[in-house]
Amino acid sequence: MQAVFFYLFATSMIASAGVVIFARNPVHSVLFLILAFCNGAGLFLLAGAEFLAMILIVVYVGAVAVLFLFVVMMLDVDFAQLKQGFIKYLPIGVAVGVVVLAELGMVAIGWSSAPSAPDAVANPIIPQMSNTAALGQILYTKYVIFFQASALVLLTAMIGAIVLTLHHKPSVKRQKIAEQNARTRENVIEIKKVPFRTGV
Amino acid sequence: MSDGWTSAISDFFIAYPLLLATVKSVLLAVALLIYVAYVILADRKIWAAVQLRRGPNVVGPWGLLQSFADFIKFALKEPVIPDVANKGVFLFAPFIMATLSIAAWAVIPVADGWAVADINVGILYIFALSSLGVYGVIMGGWASNSKYPFLSALRSAAQMVSYEVSIGFVIITVLLCAGSLNLTDIVAAQDTSFGMAGWYWLRLFPMFVIFFISALAETNRPPFDLVEAESELVAGFMIEYSATPYVLFMLAEYVAIVTMCALLTILFFGGWLPPVDVAPFTYVPGVIWFTLKVSFFFFFFAMVKAFVPRYRYDQLMRLGWKIFLPISLAMVILVAAVLQFWPAGPAGS
Repeated sequence: MQAVFFYLFATSMIASAGVVIFARNPVHSVLFLILAFCNGAGLFLLAGAEFLAMILIVVYVGAVAVLFLFVVMMLDVDFAQLKQGFIKYLPIGVAVGVVVLAELGMVAIGWSSAPSAPDAVANPIIPQMSNTAALGQILYTKYVIFFQASALVLLTAMIGAIVLTLHHKPSVKRQKIAEQNARTRENVIEIKKVPFRTGV
Repeated sequence: MSDGWTSAISDFFIAYPLLLATVKSVLLAVALLIYVAYVILADRKIWAAVQLRRGPNVVGPWGLLQSFADFIKFALKEPVIPDVANKGVFLFAPFIMATLSIAAWAVIPVADGWAVADINVGILYIFALSSLGVYGVIMGGWASNSKYPFLSALRSAAQMVSYEVSIGFVIITVLLCAGSLNLTDIVAAQDTSFGMAGWYWLRLFPMFVIFFISALAETNRPPFDLVEAESELVAGFMIEYSATPYVLFMLAEYVAIVTMCALLTILFFGGWLPPVDVAPFTYVPGVIWFTLKVSFFFFFFAMVKAFVPRYRYDQLMRLGWKIFLPISLAMVILVAAVLQFWPAGPAGS
């Protein structure tokens, strides 16, 4: 049963990753990228890492891919122009691809798990604990500095993005909620007695 | 049915767990869809009552069969697909939306132990599915290849993503108090000797309110129904949809609303627990309490729709980012601090 699902997720993940590259419409590419993410989450589930699977969906599919989709939908991409330089840049692209593939191959061939890993899998530090709780236990104790540091990096990036895009044009009128709420009847409305046939 | 029969049936299902899961899922899905049919009717009836109208009252006694008649009408209509639409994505969007919203029910415990899948990360699963719901809207809006659907899809996507943030923080405070991501455990953590007063709605009252309002925004209900603001966007991202695809969108919307009511029930209103832990109340089965509570929250959803005017888009964004987000963030810190330094206090179990 596990094997069936593994092959199902793995093949559809690779297939959708292929479609990401080959699809003519960039929106379709992003949609298939999302499918690839979902299959990745499925593989995590099969490996027993349910927390990672859910976080992959929430963060990558629910947030990051939505932004991708926004950008791709909003940009008016001209395909004819994009395809123009294809032959010219093909050799460079192939060269980069080959180098990356070779590097990945070298890593894959030389890859071996840490000698202590099988032992650690057999004897978890805290037995009878779900992996979500175990992950939390270790993230907030042993690796708390790294965890906080990565959070700070993300915070800096966010503030940077906001500072770069925020413009306050003085010509644009803005709504000031506090001012509106502070208005009272007395200082807004003035009742005048208008004399008959003379006007104000 | 004699004991021999029941044990034979249970043996059979233990031997085929996949079949058991299928039977459970089908039962739950059928019950859910029938419930949703009446929720739609209730929505219209409540709205009508507020406006001193009768509401649907022709099909069946008191209009009880109205939703089914509507369904048959939509199913028999011809689906019109615009010529310029991106056909695959156009038809896929409603299916995605309906599937995701019904799939969320896989982990919801309707009574003690009555969940199709009692998984450890139940609440995260629901959160993940609700964050995927935005794709149905974006895909539908984009694939229609028309201005109004696209604009409203972008609007609604931004709205759903914004309110998800505060919903996430609200869920975190509940998780901190319950100490588990499992929905059954979250309900069990509210099973104190105080009955109704021991549920989280009282202990985490501000979060309860924020969750309710964010749930309205997340499901695109009035007063946050900017997706289908008739006055400016015709009918939202589903303008181009008709017949069955439209029904799927509508079904997904209402299932999502019921899911949100169920989440309110589980996180803040003690799930299947009786309001008072004494004799006549404890005889009532948990699933009935659960249904009653979900209906109770749905009543409020319907009432809000009936008497709150629609928000303007910038007001909606301001409410989400400048009011709810800081409050819920502060509450996460406060609740965590109380739990750490005063474990026996009101926030602890």
